[in-house]
Amino acid sequence: MGSSIIKSSCGTGGAYEELPEGLEKELMPKHVAVIMDGNRRWAKSRGLPVQLGHIAGRRAMKQLTRNCKKFGVQVLTVFAFSTENWIRPKEEVNFLMNLFEEVIRSDMEELIQNDVRVSVVGNVGGLRPSLQSLISSSSERSKDNKGMDMVTALNYSGRHDITEATKQIARKVKDGVLGSVEDIDETLIEKHLQTNVIEESSYRNPDLLIRTSGELRLSNFMLWQSAYTELIFVDKLFPDFNEGDLVEALTLFQKRQRRYGGHKY
Amino acid sequence: MRKSLFRILSVGPIPNHIAFILDGNRRYAKKRNLNEGMGYRAGFLSLMTLCKYCCELGVKYVTIYAFSIDNFKRKPHEVDAVMDLMLEKIQGMLKEESIVSQYGVRVYFIGNLELLNEHVRQAAVKAMEATSNNDKIVLLICVAYTSTDEIVHAARESCEAKRARVRSSGAREGNEEELKVVDIERHMYMGVAPDPDILVRTSGETRLSNFLLWQTSNCVLYSPRALWPEIGLRHLVWAVLNYQRVFPLLERRRKQM
Repeated sequence: MGSSIIKSSCGTGGAYEELPEGLEKELMPKHVAVIMDGNRRWAKSRGLPVQLGHIAGRRAMKQLTRNCKKFGVQVLTVFAFSTENWIRPKEEVNFLMNLFEEVIRSDMEELIQNDVRVSVVGNVGGLRPSLQSLISSSSERSKDNKGMDMVTALNYSGRHDITEATKQIARKVKDGVLGSVEDIDETLIEKHLQTNVIEESSYRNPDLLIRTSGELRLSNFMLWQSAYTELIFVDKLFPDFNEGDLVEALTLFQKRQRRYGGHKY
Repeated sequence: MRKSLFRILSVGPIPNHIAFILDGNRRYAKKRNLNEGMGYRAGFLSLMTLCKYCCELGVKYVTIYAFSIDNFKRKPHEVDAVMDLMLEKIQGMLKEESIVSQYGVRVYFIGNLELLNEHVRQAAVKAMEATSNNDKIVLLICVAYTSTDEIVHAARESCEAKRARVRSSGAREGNEEELKVVDIERHMYMGVAPDPDILVRTSGETRLSNFLLWQTSNCVLYSPRALWPEIGLRHLVWAVLNYQRVFPLLERRRKQM
């Protein structure tokens, strides 16, 4: 990784830490999205129950969040649970829901204390009530924080996100809030996507999307928002994804940015 | 040799639909000290070859990103050059000796065709009509296309369709069912084809660039370093092998959606 001069780890929101060698501040992605894939494979490869894979994944996520904050990323979105994951064994799903509650109670709490703005995108209404109330309370309490935005996609589907946006718009047309169907355009749809929880509109679409475990697919994650996102696929399983891997992905991203000079498409 | 190679591949599942982002034509021209127009022509030849291979392999749908709405932002003479070439090639498709005729290719032009100049648009419409009875393989050519534009169009149409349903059934507007994912899908330009199984983007870029965002949700992404005019049989074979490797998981996902 080269000599890295990294000072304190979890500084106060806004304080700028020194970047690892090779990374430039101006070329840092504003919004990084991560598909945290590979927890189960990690556990299976060690002959452990899948639950331990998810616990290891939690540790890696904590580290990822800390590092992104340290490197000055403005928004970090993680894909924690897809609408398609309900099909997993009931035991595992229940374990995950419990784990999410635990994560909100402790990990997210720590982030909130460190000026991070915490929010969830996805069909929150489809989650158990106890989890729903933890989500709304943590979002509410952190909404005025000025540090990094930490967005967790829970029970999320890119296609539902787009469909929900269209539904809301259709309602507005019906109710006369919107002139006509012809007023529907890209900007309007974008305003109604779930990523509108991110205050700064120019940060709503990810600049960089990392998917671990070697799978080369988007799997119904932020489809609209990924129109111009740099995709980086990493072979490592998520629990093994560490600071060095993040720096490598960021370095690759910056190399590509230099080549296009910001050429959008 | 190609026949035996394809026979071996056919032991496993063959992708039904492969999509291509034809990136690298201009870089190729630069590399070879040719003018840009030649880069596009070389690209067209690659396209025809690839269609042939796909047809022989048993692929039923091929989609290509020929011209994005974003590309209209390029210099006017560049845009004109591409449009002229497109017109020439579309007209060529209508001839009997064209690959389209020989291989029984049904052609669709997908996108916001109103944005094209009159000549190109008319030629496109003509080509779609002329090939509508071909049934060996379907070639979907995305021009004046972006995925977000396609979704906006589908959103408008599904809202409009819903209102028409409500009006005609005479029901009170408050009773209508809410829009679902399938409603949006039904109005997509790409609704004439199933979702792609593989998306190939040449020249090493790993971005979707606003292409088939909705449709590639569970699609295998492959980005070979080769520039589009350099794409060959080996890339197609590699893409198919990768697809076959993850096929069982993708099938499960597809049934869920």
